[in-house]
Amino acid sequence: MSDIDTGSQEAGDRGKTLESGMPSSEIKFIQGNEVCVEAALYAGLDFFAGYPITPSTEIAEHLSARLPQAGKTFIQMEDEIASICAIIGASLTGHKVMTATSGPGFSLMQEALGYAVMTEIPSVIVNVQRGGPSTGLPTHASQGDVNQARWGTHGDHAIITLTASNHQDVFSITVDAFNLAETYRTPVILLFDEVVGHMREKVIIPAPGQLPLVERLRTSVREGIDYHPYLPREDGRLPMSDFGGVHRYNVTGLVHDMWGFPSGNPQVVQGLLRHLVDKINNNAREIARYKTYFTEDADCMLVSYGSSARSALHVVMNRRQRGEKLGLLELQTLWPFPAHVVRDVCARAEYVVVVEMNMGQVLEQVKLAVDKAQKVFLANRIDGVFINPTDIRNILRLIQGKGV
Amino acid sequence: MSIKQFIRERFFPHMWCPGCGHGVVLNAMLRAVERLGLNKNDIVMVSGIGCSSRISGYVDFHTLHTIHGRALAFATGVKMSRPELNLIVPMGDGDALAIGGNHFIHAARRNIDMTAIVMNNRIYGMTGGQYSPLSGHGILATTAPYHNIDQGFDIVNLATAAGATFVARTTTYHVQQITDILCDAITHKGFSVVEIMSQCPTYFGRKNREGGAVEMMKLMKDRTTPIGSKAFQENPDLIQRGIFVKRDQPEYCSEYHKVIEKAMKGR
Ligand SMILES: Cc1ncc(C[n+]2csc(CCOP(=O)(O)OP(=O)(O)O)c2C)c(N)n1
Ligand code: SF4
Repeated sequence: MSDIDTGSQEAGDRGKTLESGMPSSEIKFIQGNEVCVEAALYAGLDFFAGYPITPSTEIAEHLSARLPQAGKTFIQMEDEIASICAIIGASLTGHKVMTATSGPGFSLMQEALGYAVMTEIPSVIVNVQRGGPSTGLPTHASQGDVNQARWGTHGDHAIITLTASNHQDVFSITVDAFNLAETYRTPVILLFDEVVGHMREKVIIPAPGQLPLVERLRTSVREGIDYHPYLPREDGRLPMSDFGGVHRYNVTGLVHDMWGFPSGNPQVVQGLLRHLVDKINNNAREIARYKTYFTEDADCMLVSYGSSARSALHVVMNRRQRGEKLGLLELQTLWPFPAHVVRDVCARAEYVVVVEMNMGQVLEQVKLAVDKAQKVFLANRIDGVFINPTDIRNILRLIQGKGV
Repeated sequence: MSIKQFIRERFFPHMWCPGCGHGVVLNAMLRAVERLGLNKNDIVMVSGIGCSSRISGYVDFHTLHTIHGRALAFATGVKMSRPELNLIVPMGDGDALAIGGNHFIHAARRNIDMTAIVMNNRIYGMTGGQYSPLSGHGILATTAPYHNIDQGFDIVNLATAAGATFVARTTTYHVQQITDILCDAITHKGFSVVEIMSQCPTYFGRKNREGGAVEMMKLMKDRTTPIGSKAFQENPDLIQRGIFVKRDQPEYCSEYHKVIEKAMKGR
């Protein structure tokens, strides 16, 4: 279908035919949380630390069985703070790492998340969102943590946050999260939600080799020669050296120089903060993952993500059959916000409706991205009930001046 | 060989005040590493935040200076992913037992093989002399201008009850004993806790009129005694030093290895 396109760079690799004798792909009917587990293992997950919390717990449960089968490490820590700290430590020894949580646990992780940003530690943090604030609605649908993912930790920084609406995409985006974490030496947040996490759906587990994997960039500096852990190459990437290996260096959450030594030198401070932000924000186009459905001629553009995008897509398909020119831009990268994509895709639309389960966290970004903020509307639910196509249609009728 | 080989000279001069006990700990610890003949590449030092935690920057090991209170959690990740490495985790008393108290008892309970050193100066040095969970009743601090009404922890009892399989205490006055105990602690397979009573003349000493570093160290000499000594029987108010606990119990990484074996067989 030429009307449906995906912005993901790896999309072209997915349909590859396999040579005979190669292990083939496998079909499963499982929960979204299990898909995340399968994808993490596919991406090469070596180490998981976590603390149980609904609606993410199945990720820890499945990994507690699967990781030791592969000779890899699972540990249940005493809380979420300890969990994220443990994965940062494990990543430094050269391993691919992940933790998974939900709102309250994600709040607890924020200080250490900032540490991973500052020390540039590849890591994947899954937040299967629940309603908030506080204990909120543990078993209900919400997408209220979009801004916490962006600004939860203190200080200026950049962050990568990805999401997905269906199990096949949960698989590929989880693999992507590991790849981006290695490429940019950064924590990556996977922001799923209760609906996607708990729903069962078909997923095709790709055969090994079908999806590209990014392995850690390790330094080629030999033993005995000075290695600078925080000296970026010309392309901005920083080769790493495993803790326990031949290069001994210092890692600190204090502002540091290229040696990893604490520094208060204004030039060093400015240089480091710019580097941390630029390495991600300057690559916003490469990091942008999104899908478009019938966007070419749409008068009304829905912009959505995560499970909300399922209902949005349903509305678009349904209205198209009746000749209404609706389109959908489904965002999979939430941060850095793909403003260029939103601006381009929404340029011709008369109005834009952001579909999400919060009070307008992505709405604000879309308003900033498009030429006329007045043409952007919000279709949302914040009552813990999954937003359905009727909810969206009702709001569309109001916007179109058709009443309820 | 000189212990200078373990030092990152580029990092000096260090940030500690003159007379601070933390430098004594650094010195004695490096002598332990030298005596044990450990390879620098096999040592990972993980610390938190505080004057004490700055110790990691000065040593030429793999060093991870983390966030306040969480050093043991980071160290757990390092150790579980590379069990053959030697983990040394120096912490302040506030770092280890206020904000980090939960990680402390759980690391002890797991009996994960690492050496936790609590540099106990009974005060928050880095933030300017506030009371810590080790200050004890009656102490003066910048947040206890009248007197502290909090009871203090006993680190040895706490660590023992939590399940640490090696527990010891000494002071910065007893430099040789620090080295001896650390050698034992580092070679012990399991979670080792070494409390080193230390002096912060800048805040604790000044606030509580204990004098300068020399007077404070003399006080530590006078207030402590070897475990079970005659002096202790006569004066139970004395603080005992030495090795309180040293026992064998399955170590966490080895236990996890058994889980791997079971999981792999079951496949
Ligand atoms: C989350 C957090 N809370 C508070 C602080 C401020 N802080 C830094 S060091 C410290 C206490 C230091 O005392 P201690 O651990 O006993 O070590 P010392 O400086 O005495 O060696 C505090 C409260 C911090 N860095 N992070
Ligand atoms: S403030 Fe106290 S603990 Fe900190 S360096 Fe000075 S003497 Fe040492």
